[in-house]
Amino acid sequence: MTVNETLATYSNYLVYGAMAAYTIAMIAFAVSFAAMRGRDLVPAASVPAGTEADSGAVAVVTKVATTVGGPDDGALPPGRRAGNIGMSTTWLGTILLGVAVLLRGLSVGRAPWGNMCEFSMTSAFAIALTFCLMSLRRDLRWLGVFVVTPVLLILGAAMTFLYTEAAQLVPALKSYWLVIHVSAAMICGAAFCIGATVTVLFLVADASERRHATGRSYPLDWLASRLPQSARLDAMAYRIHAFMFPLWTFAIVAGAIWAENAWGRYWGWDPKETWAFITWVAYAAYLHARATVGWKGRKAAAIALIAFGCFVFNYV
Amino acid sequence: MTEVRDSSPDTADAPQSFSTAPVDGDGAPVGIGVVGWLRWAWRTLTSMRTALVLLFLLALASVPGSLLPQRGTNPIRVNDYLADDPVKGRILDRLGLFDVFSAPWFAAIYLLLFISLAGCVLPRSLQHWRTVRSRPPAAPRNLGRLPEHRRVEPAAEVQPQQTLDTAAAWLRKARWRVDTTAYDGAAGTVAAERGYSRETGNLVFHVALLCLLGAVAYGSLFGFKGTVIVREGSSFADTRGQFDSFNPGKAFQDSSLPPFAFTLTRFTADYQRGGQQNGAAREFSADVSVVSEPGATPTTGTVQVNDPLVVNGVKVFLVGHGYAPTITVKDAKGQVVFHDSVVFLPQDGNFTSTGVVKAPDTVPQLGLQGFFLPTAAVDTVHGPHSTFPAADDPGVFLSAWSGDLGLDTGRPQSVYALDTTHMTKLGIEALRPGQSWTLPGGHGTVTFDGYVQWASFTVASDPGKDLALIAAIAAITGLALSLLVRRRRVWVRVSSGSGGVTVVEVAGLTRSEHTSVAEEVDALAAALGTTTSSRTTAPKGPEENR
Ligand code: HEM
Repeated sequence: MTVNETLATYSNYLVYGAMAAYTIAMIAFAVSFAAMRGRDLVPAASVPAGTEADSGAVAVVTKVATTVGGPDDGALPPGRRAGNIGMSTTWLGTILLGVAVLLRGLSVGRAPWGNMCEFSMTSAFAIALTFCLMSLRRDLRWLGVFVVTPVLLILGAAMTFLYTEAAQLVPALKSYWLVIHVSAAMICGAAFCIGATVTVLFLVADASERRHATGRSYPLDWLASRLPQSARLDAMAYRIHAFMFPLWTFAIVAGAIWAENAWGRYWGWDPKETWAFITWVAYAAYLHARATVGWKGRKAAAIALIAFGCFVFNYV
Repeated sequence: MTEVRDSSPDTADAPQSFSTAPVDGDGAPVGIGVVGWLRWAWRTLTSMRTALVLLFLLALASVPGSLLPQRGTNPIRVNDYLADDPVKGRILDRLGLFDVFSAPWFAAIYLLLFISLAGCVLPRSLQHWRTVRSRPPAAPRNLGRLPEHRRVEPAAEVQPQQTLDTAAAWLRKARWRVDTTAYDGAAGTVAAERGYSRETGNLVFHVALLCLLGAVAYGSLFGFKGTVIVREGSSFADTRGQFDSFNPGKAFQDSSLPPFAFTLTRFTADYQRGGQQNGAAREFSADVSVVSEPGATPTTGTVQVNDPLVVNGVKVFLVGHGYAPTITVKDAKGQVVFHDSVVFLPQDGNFTSTGVVKAPDTVPQLGLQGFFLPTAAVDTVHGPHSTFPAADDPGVFLSAWSGDLGLDTGRPQSVYALDTTHMTKLGIEALRPGQSWTLPGGHGTVTFDGYVQWASFTVASDPGKDLALIAAIAAITGLALSLLVRRRRVWVRVSSGSGGVTVVEVAGLTRSEHTSVAEEVDALAAALGTTTSSRTTAPKGPEENR
């Protein structure tokens, strides 16, 4: 099996194209975010829940207004047009990157994560794709800049100091269980990355709302006022983590099956395995904390960030 | 045991316990004496908060296991560490930090965690069992305070009981568990619940973790693992003495080593030629001929990396390879005193290999030590070294010694090291295949005949493996159910309001923090009539109303 150099070269060009698209997206998202009208920083808890004035109905009405606000009129909310540009260039970049990853895989005739360069490239794609898919169900323009920037950084790293030419694999890495393991881990990584981002934003919004509840202000108010309510961010972060934890468990089990096939032991406490375990326990602790009195909210968020730190540590 | 999980004021009076999670009382021991204390200790141990702390500790305790070298994975680096820094090394060793995962304090943490787990999960399972078999909780007094609430106007001719029946039928069809209280002239209700598999999944997950621990323990008690180096043309029989290293579990008995033998007929390796990754391995495979039990006819097989050979329930893994130069040593009289292929151990990625030949059956005894180089090169910087892992241009580079090999002292000696304290050096020579070297001083000749390859194998059996896999699958399934299924309740109440008007209410409740029953409540309301008022108190973010 030889390496198809032509495909590998095209793949590189496409990565550069994707990076260009993401750069535009990043700028557009940033502009959109800055131009957005901030909301009042009232903590969720102090909103009298279900005052009969039909908060549901209010929500419906405003929602209609935003969806009706079509492309033609000048009455778009501030930042909306830039946000739209950001969203469409993100899609464009993600498609280009997807084709780049595919060509890279075809050029070597195997899954495109044989080394750190390919792994980063594919992870970046996974993060961007996860974001795009999530954005189909809800308006995530506010999150754009916080996702596209790390994607761009990861791609930059992949194409510079991590860069490796296309080549075949050493035998220990030729295993379909490994392919399953790495793809599951990569999807988890992408989602954990977005989850951690949302968690950080939750902490900002939460801190800001807490200050405002006692009438003070917070240096990051400009940021917090453009974010959804902290309760919303918290729920979103939880949903991402809860969705990914079973997959992460599966990724670890798939890795163990591979290790068993390669070395005759499914678990040997080597550093990679140890950190996968620590990450797993840390995310389990996060989910536990969410169900433990006195640990919800900020403390649980801190655990989620520690868990993400463990995850990242394992891959560098 | 009821628990207030959703602390938002509007749901506080609803039947709450969606989960059987234990309530964390922070009270001091109640009651008196030893029993009170024991009960308190047990409750503390099995509380969510303790579980959380223990989980934390478990993660924290694993960290040194990845930062310091461990005996289990890397004994050589542990010895290096102890040699480099004996004082600190000794302290760390005392604390078990080179054997973290078998240290008593590590065991203490996970045993406590698992006792807590068992103590928590067993009562929860009983409770859940009762919940599943009992009726859905009765409707709260004031449905209007639930997070989802609809007021419905049924068609004029529909009787109250008919509305209840329709609701019950609708819910049963959608696979809810339903309990109806008939209309008694003033009021009637339908209570329904679904998503019990959330709690079931959670319990299955936690029990599966217990099973997993059991499986791991069982496997490490009754399993074994051995490694052996086999040269091309040589054989290995599965007895303890033939292993180069053997690690049995504590309860392992030699009689359970299955009898089998295999011969390595051929080993092939393939390397990348050219490019950035020149010399990187691409393909290994070991052709073997296996005799599964004494007297059986040999069968052929191939062992590859990631593709072990399975014989008699034992797996044979290919884990390494190298070269064994074939050396003939003749004494001064021309008698062959040594002729064999000797395993040399690779030192770098290009298989610059070192090894030793010992010829004890001559006086004085002869010893050789040096290099085997698959693609030989010598320069002033690296000395003799190999420039490619394949045997493109093999050569050996040997020094010869004469004297006493020290084999009779009774002290165990490594086959890979020459003890030269009682020997004198005769000289150094580089040889190509087929070349001979006449040793100075009439000590005889050394011939480099050629080489064979060797492969190292791990032979392992872990009887707990299948159970561990089953437990892992159960854990993942349980987790997925637990985290993805929504547990939710709905109620329908028909009551006669003032002036003989029939009021129909539909309300729903779920773990409000991340899910909603709004759609189901809406659908049910639509099945009963026209919705006249609708209220949702789930938190709404500006993401929707921006
Ligand atoms: C081996 C250690 C443990 C691990 C890895 C672990 C992991 C998890 C995970 C990942 C969840 C989230 C699933 C969900 O939210 O439904 C969970 C939930 C839960 N765990 Fe554990 N757990 C462990 C030990 C314990 C112990 C000792 C207890 C008893 C105190 C316990 C009680 C619970 C309860 C009650 C829930 C459900 C919380 C809820 O209703 O959301 N766990 N656990």
